[in-house]
Amino acid sequence: MCSYLTVATEIAGSAKGPQGWFGVTSASVYFDHPYHAPFDHTLNIDFADPARGPGTRVAVELSADSARRLVRSINEALAAAGAAAT
Amino acid sequence: MPAPEEALSAGNITFTGYEDAEVNAYQALPAGPGPFPGVLVIHHLPGWDSTTKEITRRFAAEGYNAICPNLYARQGLDVDPDDAAAATREAGGIPDDQFVGDADAAVKVLRALPTANGKVGVIGYCSGGRHSFLTAISVPVDAAVDCYGAFVTGTVPDGFPLKVTPLVDRTPDLVCPLLGLFGNDDQFPNPEQVDELEAALKAAGKTYEFHRYDGAGHAFFSVERPAYRPEAAVDGWQRIFEWYGRYLAGS
Repeated sequence: MCSYLTVATEIAGSAKGPQGWFGVTSASVYFDHPYHAPFDHTLNIDFADPARGPGTRVAVELSADSARRLVRSINEALAAAGAAAT
Repeated sequence: MPAPEEALSAGNITFTGYEDAEVNAYQALPAGPGPFPGVLVIHHLPGWDSTTKEITRRFAAEGYNAICPNLYARQGLDVDPDDAAAATREAGGIPDDQFVGDADAAVKVLRALPTANGKVGVIGYCSGGRHSFLTAISVPVDAAVDCYGAFVTGTVPDGFPLKVTPLVDRTPDLVCPLLGLFGNDDQFPNPEQVDELEAALKAAGKTYEFHRYDGAGHAFFSVERPAYRPEAAVDGWQRIFEWYGRYLAGS
């Protein structure tokens, strides 16, 4: 029950899950108990298309430090792309 | 001959839950003719996962008919439990009325088993701790265990993703003795919230027993997480079996 705010955002793109590639429409980001990762809490991201059912999801559970480094990596990659990443 | 604790059978069943929905459940039964008490095992927020099923088997190994319903079955009986948990979380959790209906039906399944002794206990962890308390104020059971359930008391923070409300005002409705196991480093529930529950139980004249562990926080029974605290967990398991031995034995 020790769960916190869910930050959801609409996204456009694709993800690959057990059934293959699919278009994703939402990303839910929350810091909560993981299902699998061996930590008490993790930064969880669900890339999903809720309209296609709960199984249409790619999930990651990251340690807080890993999540922060991932944010930096994403920002760095986008900045390096310059005008192409608009 | 195998040692008694090795002799059990386990597998999935389905039963009819709240509003006639088909609900799947993991069931573990001791070998032998019984009679055995029953235990309703309630999973935590991350869902109908393998560690909760291990707990269910442990009760069978100790001589209890045990059943762990999939509280997120409305997402689909064939949906992976982790996907069902994520979708249910996104939807704000499960309504209390739905939970109570499912719990009531699961208790009836336990009582109807041919090896049942007629007594049924309930236990839950984390969000399941609140659900265990909710069962014990709503469904005829004979003993309850609340393992660090949040929001039985206290105030739900603004922006909290689950649509939950505290239950403490309904403490007078408690139908059975309550065992509470808590970590003193926990924030949900924190020690003051455990105090509030204890005061309500005293005021209502209910039978209860609380054990609070120093050096332990939330989820100290979770063997696969850093929160695991062997001393608290080992003592806690002993308290659980003493509690059920006291209130669920006989027929």
